[in-house]
Amino acid sequence: MRQIQLPRIGTFEAWRGSAREFARMRTKPDRVDWYLEGDSAGFLITETGPMSEARHKVTASKQFLDLARTVTYHSAKDRFSRLYRVLLRLQGAPGLLKDRGDAEVAHLEKLAKAVRRDMHKMKAFVRFQEIPSGTDRRAFAAWFEPDHHICEPIAGFFARRFADMDWVIATPSMSIQHKDGQVTLDPTPASNPKLKDATEDLWRTYYANIFNPARLKIKAMTAEMPKKYWRNLPEAELIPSLIAEAEAKTRAMQEAAPTLPPLRAERIAAQPKVKDMDLLSADTLDGVKAEASTCTRCPLHANATQLVFGEGPQDADLMIIGEQPGDMEDLAGRPFVGPAGQLFDELADQAGLDRAGAYVTNAVKHFKFTIKGKRRIHQSPSTGEIDQCRWWLAQEIRLVRPKMILSMGATALRATTGDGKGILKRRGALETGRDGVPVFVTVHPSFLLRLRDPAERAEQEKAFVADLSQVKAAI
Amino acid sequence: MAKRTLQDKLAILSDAAKYDASCASSGTSRRNSLKGGLGSTEGSGICHAYAPDGRCISLLKILLTNFCIYDCAYCINRVSSNVERARFTPEEVVHLTTEFYRRNYIEGLFLSSGIIRSPDYTMEQMVRIARSLRQDHLFRGYIHLKTIPDASPELIEEAGLFADRLSINVELPTDQGVKAYAPEKDPDQIRRAMGNLRLKKAEYAEKTHTGRRKAKFAPAGQSTQLIVGADGASDATILQNSTRLYGAYKLKRVYYSAFSPIPDASTALPLIKPPLMREHRLYQADWLMRFYGFEADEITEKQGDMLDLAVDPKLSWALQNRHLFPVDPNRAARDMLLRVPGFGTKTVSRVLNARRTKTLRYDDLTRIGANMKNARSFITLSDWTPGQSLDADSLRNRFAPPPEQLQLL
Repeated sequence: MRQIQLPRIGTFEAWRGSAREFARMRTKPDRVDWYLEGDSAGFLITETGPMSEARHKVTASKQFLDLARTVTYHSAKDRFSRLYRVLLRLQGAPGLLKDRGDAEVAHLEKLAKAVRRDMHKMKAFVRFQEIPSGTDRRAFAAWFEPDHHICEPIAGFFARRFADMDWVIATPSMSIQHKDGQVTLDPTPASNPKLKDATEDLWRTYYANIFNPARLKIKAMTAEMPKKYWRNLPEAELIPSLIAEAEAKTRAMQEAAPTLPPLRAERIAAQPKVKDMDLLSADTLDGVKAEASTCTRCPLHANATQLVFGEGPQDADLMIIGEQPGDMEDLAGRPFVGPAGQLFDELADQAGLDRAGAYVTNAVKHFKFTIKGKRRIHQSPSTGEIDQCRWWLAQEIRLVRPKMILSMGATALRATTGDGKGILKRRGALETGRDGVPVFVTVHPSFLLRLRDPAERAEQEKAFVADLSQVKAAI
Repeated sequence: MAKRTLQDKLAILSDAAKYDASCASSGTSRRNSLKGGLGSTEGSGICHAYAPDGRCISLLKILLTNFCIYDCAYCINRVSSNVERARFTPEEVVHLTTEFYRRNYIEGLFLSSGIIRSPDYTMEQMVRIARSLRQDHLFRGYIHLKTIPDASPELIEEAGLFADRLSINVELPTDQGVKAYAPEKDPDQIRRAMGNLRLKKAEYAEKTHTGRRKAKFAPAGQSTQLIVGADGASDATILQNSTRLYGAYKLKRVYYSAFSPIPDASTALPLIKPPLMREHRLYQADWLMRFYGFEADEITEKQGDMLDLAVDPKLSWALQNRHLFPVDPNRAARDMLLRVPGFGTKTVSRVLNARRTKTLRYDDLTRIGANMKNARSFITLSDWTPGQSLDADSLRNRFAPPPEQLQLL
């Protein structure tokens, strides 16, 4: 048995170099072991003498090296030989680490997990106390007792976080020091400096008051904050009394007689609350919009974010009517701002049609959708929903009194003419609408968006632009 | 009245903040203070302490003030309550945050507030604190700001540039509930504000026309909270609402908070023992929807509208859909493996990795980390079969806790 001593700082690099050499000679795992400087070697009889001359190729994946680095920080004595055994097996089975069912791999992962947990708890439970500083940088000190050799891998975390102060974290095996932005590890064992800090009182006040006595769950606390940490946590001394008083406090809340509101409440309640809606008349678009925003004529209001009403000048000659708001319109509260709206703007521009001069709205004012996973998928409104919502569209037509309506898609066609069937045959025609306004029939821009074939899409876009040009010429 | 000390104020304003369940400090952009300033965020959140209620303490969770002009029946801070009132100055909040942070007590600040004077005035005060932390103190830690739905969009936009996370609490799962118990709040306005946040975040994620990246807007996203057990909303209603919130506003989290006794409670909402198990089951169901491919309807469809309190929702679903089992872990597709009770997302990815190199047996699954106590009745392997047990009427009893004698008094 060969026994190799490893340094306390730089342990992993030293083990890696040494293990690589033994692996090149394919030394059997039971012929070699490693121990940490300051720990006692495992065996009394140490083998010396010439080593094998054989030199094999040794490879190790990054995954293994990362795992090995973490495992070397563990305090288990046999961690080095366990790593070496897996390193040798890896030479014949490169995919070995993917198999978490393998007992040796599973054990290494278990060790690594314990190290990661220990590091995580150290990040969480180190408590700094302020100490006098001779310079303009503030100085702090902490005492912590980790289970594993984690000072080296964790130093960087504290350096990145507390860069503008000097600090020392002392542990029973070594200390991490941070001075003027430089981190050093001091491998001499330290002892608890037992410091006090006035801010701890504020912290304890916070801890006691953020606790909710009505939901005592002691096991949930100790699972994450085991008692072994309590002696170095300033807030932990409160835990027994918080638990003891919890039930009485909860009962007192439940049994307390109701009280009269303070005078302040009456004063605040007496302040006049004017709702904008009360001031608006039903003969303006704003008034109708306010009224429509409380509409419950059909169930669509329940799931949508908000009503999306039309917008544009009240004296517009042209009214453009689409189907219903989509995902984007529903969030923004404005019509035609999503993908279909953007395409429309682009094509209207080509046709020389001025969207800003027109009144733009939808036949149905709330977004109808189903949820697939985490996305809202558009659903066409039913004829019932279109007919319910027509009431609001009729108000808009009544107040804007456009010379012409551009009706896009079957939904708008049903709302404006009472019949949405056969849109492709009726497209390009000028029909008489239910409100006495001429209705120009065309398709909805989202129809263009759905076309997969580029040639067909280009052709349809051209036809759509031609439609828009015809409308422009007519008004 | 004697002037309150900082300690008195901290006691009042942390007591007033504890009914907000959110505690996350994870998932934001990575930052450190190597080039100046104080603090860092490195992806995963850190819970710096745990209170005896089992909740983690990650952030300094306080109110700017617990004075409030609203009268929400469920809230400790409603205008008609006689609790003690206090108000921090912005400087005091900044001082507490940085001094706690330097001692490694916290990951950052979670600031909320009662509404004083007007929504804009209150929001402006909160934004001022966040701005001071970021600009005067170069604070790189985590900031979570509660957003007031009625505040002006400009203030909310500024808040998003300083904060990691913004949240707006829906509190009551139905619009009727909000109208009944929080008369000053407008459920439409809350949804509009959430919609606005999603659009703002998308707007900042786009590059400028010169190809530059814009500032980060609320990099840890937005979240909300629903109170469970204050009104009559069923679990099915709550989960449907969550689905809608996740889908429409891309929320990072929906928190469920069991309605819990508060000092000087309103007569409108009688105090109950907080339904902690129901809250727990809702969180489990929420996880099933977010990470396991379940739809809200599937989880509640066969159990009335309430989740089974005795067994977890995944097990409950499996017990009601036994015709889909047993599943062979060596062959089944990922989405079916995710539906096996006792298999978590990590177990599933390990199974998929390991089965490429060998045929898995019972002991392999144990080592992989599957909870075999739950899984074994629903899987079949070369060395394991659930036999008749999968069809036995008594299967559910094996998982449900034994019935307890009720106390007479």
